[in-house]
Amino acid sequence: MTDTRTEIQELVDGNDVVLFMKGTRDVPQCGFSSRVAGVLNYMGVAFRDVNVLSSDEMRQGIKDFSDWPTVPQLYVKGEFVGGCDIVTEMTLSGELDQLFDRTGVAYDKDAANKIREANA
Amino acid sequence: MAIEAFEIEALIREAFPEARITITDLAGDGNHYAAEVVDESFRGRNRVQQQRMVYAALKGRMDGPDGALHALALTTRVPD
Repeated sequence: MTDTRTEIQELVDGNDVVLFMKGTRDVPQCGFSSRVAGVLNYMGVAFRDVNVLSSDEMRQGIKDFSDWPTVPQLYVKGEFVGGCDIVTEMTLSGELDQLFDRTGVAYDKDAANKIREANA
Repeated sequence: MAIEAFEIEALIREAFPEARITITDLAGDGNHYAAEVVDESFRGRNRVQQQRMVYAALKGRMDGPDGALHALALTTRVPD
């Protein structure tokens, strides 16, 4: 358990944007993980994907680490942003853009606007 | 492992007696729900903090051995 916690901490510290998800960014294995990975991919955000299904330790460990019962989980610059519902809300409201602006994470603003136009 | 909408509402109601709670069965299978919780106690807290409060009210239904709820789309906000 301690090892997993250390591993997660290193992933979160060592990558500007980390998505803990079921499956991978290219082969997501859950609709909610797929949605968040899809948004990041579409917005051209460089992110590290971590497949929590790779081990039972990681699957449970990330829930304990974040005190959050569901996956996916998005971290930006070491800060827990939220799960699928929060990321979706933030994408549509523009708060995700603001977060990326504030933390200096590169993304495609036009793509973000297209998502909002398509969901208006 | 399915759970009824009224059971979800009762669990949330226990923790948020004054809240406006709306539960929607998204797929009609007792496994995929949307919940909107509007409560004064959320004021001044960010979304992560608000949703942690609701997850706490659900007492492990979201995961673990009693994880009856595979999917609960959660929206939390303060009253207008």
